[in-house]
Amino acid sequence: MWKFLLPFVAFVLLVVLFAFGLSPKRDIHALPSPLIGKAAPQFALTEVVDPSRIVSNADLKGQVYVLNVWGTWCVECRVEHPALLAIAQQKVVPIIGIDWSIDHGLDERDKAKNWLQQLGNPYTDVAFDKEGRTVIDWGVTAAPETFLVDGHGKVLYKYISAINDEVWQREFLPRIAAARRAGA
Amino acid sequence: MSHASKAVVLAILLGLLAASGVQALDANGQLENPVLQERFEHIAKDLRCLVCQNESIADSNAQLAGDLRRQVREMLVAGKSDDAIYQFMTDRYGEFVRFSPPLEAKTVLIWGAPFIMLLLGALIIFRVVRHRSRMPLDDEPSPGPL
Repeated sequence: MWKFLLPFVAFVLLVVLFAFGLSPKRDIHALPSPLIGKAAPQFALTEVVDPSRIVSNADLKGQVYVLNVWGTWCVECRVEHPALLAIAQQKVVPIIGIDWSIDHGLDERDKAKNWLQQLGNPYTDVAFDKEGRTVIDWGVTAAPETFLVDGHGKVLYKYISAINDEVWQREFLPRIAAARRAGA
Repeated sequence: MSHASKAVVLAILLGLLAASGVQALDANGQLENPVLQERFEHIAKDLRCLVCQNESIADSNAQLAGDLRRQVREMLVAGKSDDAIYQFMTDRYGEFVRFSPPLEAKTVLIWGAPFIMLLLGALIIFRVVRHRSRMPLDDEPSPGPL
């Protein structure tokens, strides 16, 4: 009896495995961030537009904020820019930008200034990461990535790739509301 | 990528490394201390470049891989242990950053799977052979001329 049952059971197991493994909803490149639920890495960098100012997330204690990693070399960042502008208009949370100078060049700063001048500036502040160290501390693999941090300085959520209004409403707004209800 | 452009990329990377404060490098971009260089090569081969997920940071030309190599070199020069360096990376990028994850409770299946497969295969062969040895030989001489 088991001789006939065994191939059938094996077949069913394979179907279940494939249904899970090949599901279009499952993104095999998505990586869970080990930062979720942990303290946000601290940074203190100069501001892109005004290098005399230091941007640090230590100043944001007690506030829920969004941190967006981008660079002028990043095509997807240009794609998401209008969405960021629209989100900034809602004035829900401060949006901190990290301008990632991927080649450690200083010209990224000028390019970023132009970018913000021409396309509009959705950011409360933009920190200039010339050495790419803050980006490593935040476990960023590719721009754009967008983090949500609560008032206790804890990372709540990370979104990889270009953000849009749908993602903002679905993933960010409920988490921001929940964090505020919880008094964070 | 051509040899020339590779050399340019390498030169730029080395220049950046030199500029970014790693002083203990020789003319070939290797750590001056051969023991550290050996450890560096070993670690860099075991860390995944997360931009191009099937390459190690030792092999990858991605900028981020270059920054991660810089990070590993700096930590080695600062006297950090291999474990501390792996911990630094997994704290930020997760276990996925390591090509050979450490043997622990949740990775037992990964490390044990080859042995389980081997055992399973041996079991199947054993059963098949025993079954066949009980069957009558099928190449007995035919009863007579046809």
